[in-house]
Amino acid sequence: MKNRLFVLCLTGWLSLAGRALAETPPVVAIKNARIVTVSGPVIAKGTVVIRNGLIEAVGDSVQEPADAWVINGEGLTVYPGLIDALSTWGLPGAQSQTASPSGRRGFVPEDPAPAPTPAPPGRPTTLTTPSAPPARGPEDRPYNTSFLLAADQLDPADRRLESARGAGFTGAVCFPNRGIFAGQGAVINLAGQRAGSMVVQSPAGLYLTLRGGGSFGGGFPGSLMGVIAYIRQIYLDADHYQKAKELYAASPLGNKRPDYDKTLEGVLAAPRVLMPAQDPKEIARMLRFAGELKLKAVLYGVHEGYRAADILSKYDAAVLVNLRWPEKSRDADPEAEDSFRMLELRDKAPSTPAALAKAGVKFAFYLGGLDRSSDIARSVRRSLDAGLPQAAAVRALTLGPAEIFGVADRLGSIEKGKIANLIVTSGELFQEKTEVKYVFVDGVKFEPSPEAPPALTEVSR
Amino acid sequence: MKLLCFILAVPAVVWAAPPVVVQNATVITVTRGAFKGSILVKDGKIAEVGEKVLVPPGAQVIDAGGQYVMPGIIDAHSHIAADSINEGSVSVSSMVGIEDVLDPEDVGIYRALAGGVTTANILHGSANSIGGKCQVIKMRWGQDAEGILFEGAKPGIKFALGENPKRQGMPSGVGRRSQGTPDNLRYPGTRMGVEDVIRQAFNEAKQYQQAWKEYREKSARGEKVIPPPRDLKLEPLVEALEGKRLVHAHCYRADEILMLLRVADEFGFKIKTLQHVLEGYKVAKEIAAHGAGASTFSDWWAYKVEAYDAIPYNAAIMLKKGVLVSLNSDSGELMRRLNTEAAKTMKYGGLTENEALSLITINPARQLDLDNRIGSIETGKDADLVIYDKHPLSSYAKVLKVLIDGQVYFDRDKDLSERDKRRLEKNRLLEKEKQQQQQQKKQGPRRPAA
Repeated sequence: MKNRLFVLCLTGWLSLAGRALAETPPVVAIKNARIVTVSGPVIAKGTVVIRNGLIEAVGDSVQEPADAWVINGEGLTVYPGLIDALSTWGLPGAQSQTASPSGRRGFVPEDPAPAPTPAPPGRPTTLTTPSAPPARGPEDRPYNTSFLLAADQLDPADRRLESARGAGFTGAVCFPNRGIFAGQGAVINLAGQRAGSMVVQSPAGLYLTLRGGGSFGGGFPGSLMGVIAYIRQIYLDADHYQKAKELYAASPLGNKRPDYDKTLEGVLAAPRVLMPAQDPKEIARMLRFAGELKLKAVLYGVHEGYRAADILSKYDAAVLVNLRWPEKSRDADPEAEDSFRMLELRDKAPSTPAALAKAGVKFAFYLGGLDRSSDIARSVRRSLDAGLPQAAAVRALTLGPAEIFGVADRLGSIEKGKIANLIVTSGELFQEKTEVKYVFVDGVKFEPSPEAPPALTEVSR
Repeated sequence: MKLLCFILAVPAVVWAAPPVVVQNATVITVTRGAFKGSILVKDGKIAEVGEKVLVPPGAQVIDAGGQYVMPGIIDAHSHIAADSINEGSVSVSSMVGIEDVLDPEDVGIYRALAGGVTTANILHGSANSIGGKCQVIKMRWGQDAEGILFEGAKPGIKFALGENPKRQGMPSGVGRRSQGTPDNLRYPGTRMGVEDVIRQAFNEAKQYQQAWKEYREKSARGEKVIPPPRDLKLEPLVEALEGKRLVHAHCYRADEILMLLRVADEFGFKIKTLQHVLEGYKVAKEIAAHGAGASTFSDWWAYKVEAYDAIPYNAAIMLKKGVLVSLNSDSGELMRRLNTEAAKTMKYGGLTENEALSLITINPARQLDLDNRIGSIETGKDADLVIYDKHPLSSYAKVLKVLIDGQVYFDRDKDLSERDKRRLEKNRLLEKEKQQQQQQKKQGPRRPAA
């Protein structure tokens, strides 16, 4: 209720802040700008031409077409639009990403009163109905909404899209994130006339968490090992389900008809699976588990990845690194002394990206609830200070996520034919003074408002 | 292929290690008496034990003059090194397993090492009539979860009887019991119910076993049939029925012990060990007749209603009645001094030194079907050794070194010498963080972290 009031208060003046120009001409040329293509070398001075939402041309000797609306890029830099690799932007009801889905001590119970049955469609993000009895085992399919598609839940009016664009983001991979099998993500553009026009790729992967229910009588699964056993049983069931369906389709006569199961349909439809893992123990655990289940895994979290680069590269794993580095809680007891390990984690977590880059591990960044552009830049700078090359940092927010989610042929770099998601900045990205001047999503131009809107994720917390 | 390389890399470290000789110690073999002599370790195994052994060139020599060497302690009942212990939501939770949640960085492993423990059976908790799968580990501190597994150990499963599994829990996990509906209360609520749950589970397991048997027969005849779905809850129970999985059952009272032995006899499987089994002395003959082992406490009792009839003579009485007895810790704290727990049986029950030590070495090894690998100092066994400064049954004895597979995993001198270094590094990190915070304050107020 409090949140809702807050939204109402903001609504009034927010609608004034930096929106799309009423009509962006179909052809735009950005001239004489420095162009960071990401996929190729940096062009010191060149031109990018956008036509009908796609990149028509890029290069140092490209002429702007006669019909183009020309932007003088002198002194400006063009980057591919940034992508948040794990997000809930566009899904207004999803819970904030700030909650740790794996927890430092392994298992984090979710709601005090969990219930297994998913909510009816139409109220997509409410997972539980309090009156349902607790799940008695995997057969009740608790916390399983694998069939939910982020693409079906998108709301182009989500106010967070606006501030995201202001921070230089043009895309995101967003996921429903409640439950254990939370649902299927989608690669989206952060603007669109309708929800459907925002979708670039769906499904993009199945979001798994390791959160479960209560304890005695609280419903299955009630522990980390229960969640893992449950996930294992679901994949066995899915395998059986598929085989049974095939056998039945081949010879229905004399065979029992397999029951339709939407949770297994969802599991089978996923091109990849996102699994939480922070430290070497969890990373190894999830990589082995994915290997056992023959899943294409993408790990997320990975704050202690600086100690796990070797195993990640051995398994050829793809990784989403949470840019919200662990910090000492502001409410921490000033007298209490943290453990050596916790101190070390807080000190070294920002060195994870550098370690991954050095080991050749595919990785991308996600914001983990960071929403102010200055906070995001500061977080990235900490990883730069810890040895991450600038180009690798840019890549981890552009082509990196595009590759991990299989859309590198459409997004993530400035190349002819790709979707015209671009940002124009006053200087090098992530530097304190750098401003985002223009943002193009599908070729449509947005100008961030001079005063950055306040942190909007407050709304969803 | 990459995966394979990784798996192979772990034992390779052991093979490459040079031979080790522990010299001039009082060697307490447990199975073959004690004498002054030396132990030669090659490739992680005990290669030679005797009053004099030849030191091969390049060997690492540990001079243990005036010290005592005994086999590494085995704790038959521990809950360290795991990220979760109880799947308490259901009465039969055999689908879960400790292997999935091992924490190789739990400091409990290091503390166990410092207390001379080299192997432990990590059990699921006692919240369920039939609990989860157990995992035997070695305290190879510093290795990953795969590296601490006791390779080749027979799988096990935890059962539990009495007060714990009959707890019905809070409806929906919160609030008072009276607020709930009967639907939300977990069955069973009585000891009778516990028996019923176990019977029911094994009936299901037998049906499951039969379904697979029929499927295999049909597909062997070339019929195209849909295989039965795999059931991770019932598979371990079928393994228990077929003797492929050891049953370790938490119990206290004589009546429930007899109940479980009867149920097992009826379904045709064995209880490998009874755990805690504080009233075991009352039914020791029956336990021995079934062939079950007993893993108990030394002198802990009255901490709950079903522990009122416990006596410190329990271990000794059961041992003398022919039961294979061990002492366990069930606690990361007690685990560090199982040697003094063993010594208590000399006071209560008059066991000999060797009998007392067997309760924490060879007997638990037998209870885990690992006595061909560990539990005594004999040629061919794993070189899991503890070096004490005094006789291990003395309460003044301190662990000086612990070897697992011939490698030193704990060294008291090294530990003491590194403490200052660690403290300095910690202070440096604390100071660094303080400075960062002050710098941030100077840069202006920030929105508080969520």
